[in-house]
Parts: sequence; C-alpha cells; structure tokens
Amino acid sequence: MKIIRFLAAAGTVLALLVIAACPIFAATEGSGDFKNDKGIEIPFGVPVDESWAKDPANYNVYEKPDPDIRIPVDSISLDARRTTATLNFKDPLNTGAEYIVDATDITSDGKVIGSRSFLVKKGEVQILLAIILGAMLINNFVFTKYLGLCIFFGVSQKKETAIGMGITFTLVMTLAAFFCWFLYNYVLEVLHLDFLKIIVFIGTTAIFVQFVDTILRKVNPYLFKTLGVYLVLIVTNCIVLAVPLIQTDSGYGPFESVSLGAGAGVGFAIALFLMACVREKLDVCRVPPTFVGLPIAFIVTGMFALAFLGFSGLSIF
Amino acid sequence: MNKNIQLLWNGLIPENPIFRLALSLCPAVAVTTSVKNGLMLGLAVVFVQVFSSCTVAIFRSYIHPRIRIPAYVIVIALWVSVIDMILPVISPAVYKEVALFVKLIVVFAIIISRLELFASKQPLIPSFFDGMGMGIGFTFGLCLVGAIRELSGVGQLFGYEVLGGAKPLLVMILPAGGFFVIGFIMATFNWLEYKITGKIPASGGGH
Repeated sequence: MKIIRFLAAAGTVLALLVIAACPIFAATEGSGDFKNDKGIEIPFGVPVDESWAKDPANYNVYEKPDPDIRIPVDSISLDARRTTATLNFKDPLNTGAEYIVDATDITSDGKVIGSRSFLVKKGEVQILLAIILGAMLINNFVFTKYLGLCIFFGVSQKKETAIGMGITFTLVMTLAAFFCWFLYNYVLEVLHLDFLKIIVFIGTTAIFVQFVDTILRKVNPYLFKTLGVYLVLIVTNCIVLAVPLIQTDSGYGPFESVSLGAGAGVGFAIALFLMACVREKLDVCRVPPTFVGLPIAFIVTGMFALAFLGFSGLSIF
Repeated sequence: MNKNIQLLWNGLIPENPIFRLALSLCPAVAVTTSVKNGLMLGLAVVFVQVFSSCTVAIFRSYIHPRIRIPAYVIVIALWVSVIDMILPVISPAVYKEVALFVKLIVVFAIIISRLELFASKQPLIPSFFDGMGMGIGFTFGLCLVGAIRELSGVGQLFGYEVLGGAKPLLVMILPAGGFFVIGFIMATFNWLEYKITGKIPASGGGH
C-alpha cells in the first residue's frame, strides 16, 4: 500500500517534469515520415502541381550531418489530393538517421509559393522506446555493462528491499538525468566548463539523493529504515554517474536523457528483483562453504548475464 | 619503515580491495577483458588513491566531520579530473577502451572508504603507504582477472598469442565470464584462508 502511494508521488513528479519540458520541443520546420525503408513521405499542406512535383530535380535529399552527399531520388508519386508526395529511392535508407529534404520552388496552381525543407526522422516515441528498451534489457546496466554492482550485491538479499530500492533508484536516476542534461547544456557548455562535468554531475546526484531521502523519510519510514545506508550510497553508485556521462557523450536531448535515466533505473530494478528472488532461495540451499556469500552471488550473476545475452538480438523498432 | 611495508602488503593480499573487501567490483568485471586495460585502470586508481589519501591526510584537521563526505568526493573528483586529462596524452588507444571507467573512479567505493577509514585519522606517511598498498592490490586484482580472462577468452597475454592453435572459450570475455572468474577467485581466496587458518572467513561487505 505504502509502495503504491510512493509510486503515485513519483509519477506525479515525473509528469510535472515532462509537462515543464514540453515547450522546448516545439517543431521549427516541416517534418516528413519514412515509408518502409526506401521511401520518404512529405506533406506540403497545399495541393501542388503534378508537373512540378514529379520532377526529381526539385528535391534535394541528404543526411543531416553530410549536406554535401546528395541522395538521388528515383521516382515520385503524389496522392489523390496532390498534397502529399512520396519520394522513392533505389537504395534503402538508414531509418535510424535524420534526413533533410529541401523542396525548391514549390508550385501550386502555376504559382511558385517558395521553398521549404523537411526534417525526416523516426518518430520521437519510437526513438525513446528504443532507448528505454535498450537501457532496460539489451544493454542492461548491471548484466552487460557491469555498473552498479556494489549496491546490486548489497541490497539484493530480500525481495522487499530490492523493490523499494529499485523504485527509489529509478526516481533518482530520472530526475538526475534531466537536471544533468539541463546543467550540461545550459551552464557548462555555455561557459566552456565541460571539464568540470564529473564534479557537477556527482554534486547534482548528491542533491537528488538528499531530496529523495527527505521525501522517503516522510512518505515511507519503514522503507527508509530498511534501505538504511544504501540510500546514501546511491551517490557512489556508478550508474548514477554513468548515465549523465553517456548522455552527454551521445548528445542526447532532454526527452532522450530522461528515457535513458528511466530505462537504466527500471533495468536496475529488474536486475535487483531477479537477484533477490534467487538469493532468497540460495539461503536454504547447501552451498559449498568456500562459496557462501559473495562468490556464489557472483556466479549466479554470471548466469543471469548469460541469459541477458539473449536480448542482444532484440530490435523491435 | 617496517610498518610501512606491512601496510603495503596488507593492501596486496590480506585486505585485497577486490577479493577480500569486495569493494569497487564494477571495474573489476568491466575493464578486465585484457591485461592491458586492467593495468591501465589500475595505475589510474593508484594515482588517484595515493594523491587523495595524501591530500586528505594533510588537510584532515581542517575538514569538519559533518561535511567530510562531500569534501572527500570533491578531493577525489579533483584528482580524477587530473588523471582524466593526463591519460589520453600518454596512451590514447588504451584510454579509449577504459575512458568511461576512468571518469567513474570518482565513485569507486575503495577510494572513499580508505579516506574515511585510514587517511582521515593518520598522518601523511602512513596514509601514503596505505593508499599505495590499496592501489597496488587493486591493480593486482584487475591484472589477475584480466590475465585469466584474456588467456582463456582469446588465448593471448598482453596481446601476444600464447595458446597457439587451441580454440579459446569465447564466454570468458563476455560479461558473464567476468562474473564467473571473480566468483571463483573469491572462493579460492576463501579456500586458501581456510587451509591456512582453519576457519571460513566472513564474506566481504559487498558495496
């Protein structure tokens, strides 16, 4: 019951965060969509002339990072209302990348109404889901990136603490990921202080751990007591520092950062829970005396890591 | 002087950070796909550990106990930033593989726990040797795990072919192999201690 209340509180905070971040993403230019992997669909919004639209010379297609490498358009088809054109290509496109389509001198009813460029990329939601799924399963931070092992072995003795820790950790991760993104892009980059990022990130995380510590003390004193010293130890967990470092290295935007943080947190929670289930059973097993404690825990983790290798081929999006 | 050698030895085997104290396990699995990576990160840790131990030992009377943890973190982050700028100049190729973990030295539990347990109470010289011993013990641990994994996983040592035509066991350089190797080495340490002292040691703290 208390966990549910805590979850609700966490959810509210996250929702507020997302709402607050929304205005940053207002689109600035026209956008198109991929159609399979050999076509791009661009909406003009007005009916265009067929003779103009079917001429491949009127389109300039390139990948966003290399404006010099033009991609030849094979053929073009218009829909019945003449407002949407579909560009077909000979070679398959890389749907993970961002493309720009420049349409020059768009002609409608014999009049030129100007040029427009379209940004074509996979849907935001798809990218975010891919990041979340990646951080959760395919590149699980514990089993394939070997981060956060300290806390992982420390609090995975009981299911209850594992769940509590998982939720707390996800919350801290998500908040810290967003604020680290904000600090890095609007303070450190602007002032050319990127070499200070390690110190700033660890400080930000420490603030959020203190924040969660204060909330948890009020909301769920029981869980607060069970987590004990490990709550403070979140600060020295590799994952909380690794996520901001990874997101700045890969140049993620705010939504992507938040999903990386949430994915990492949920992935860590899953790992903790699985491990706690096994370790509760291990207590009643006859383990060779020299293996009791950490050695057997390591070997069990190795087995989990083997199992998680199976996710490496997973790509839904 | 004798006491200082004792401190060095202490960090190497009886209180080996990885196998006995079970601290800073993440890098022990992550960067040990080869001996070279392990050695590189180990040396970085020696540097950070020695310099932060010395810094804290010198300023220990000025650091208020209530703010000691943030103070230690800042000291460590300072020296990590230094080594993070030095390493890419010395060896760019190896740095590329361990870059994330060099930055993550900030959160290695071993360093902050030595500051808390030792350097904050002892004068400069013993702190230096304690830091040195722990750092060397850590390097030793990384190299041992790295050697076993590189030898069995790709049949090489330091990048040189050793096993000849024998087919290597790929799983050893995958994440799972690291966990297995450390589990078995820890069990071996326990077994050795059991043979020597006749009792099973309590397992490490695990964080």
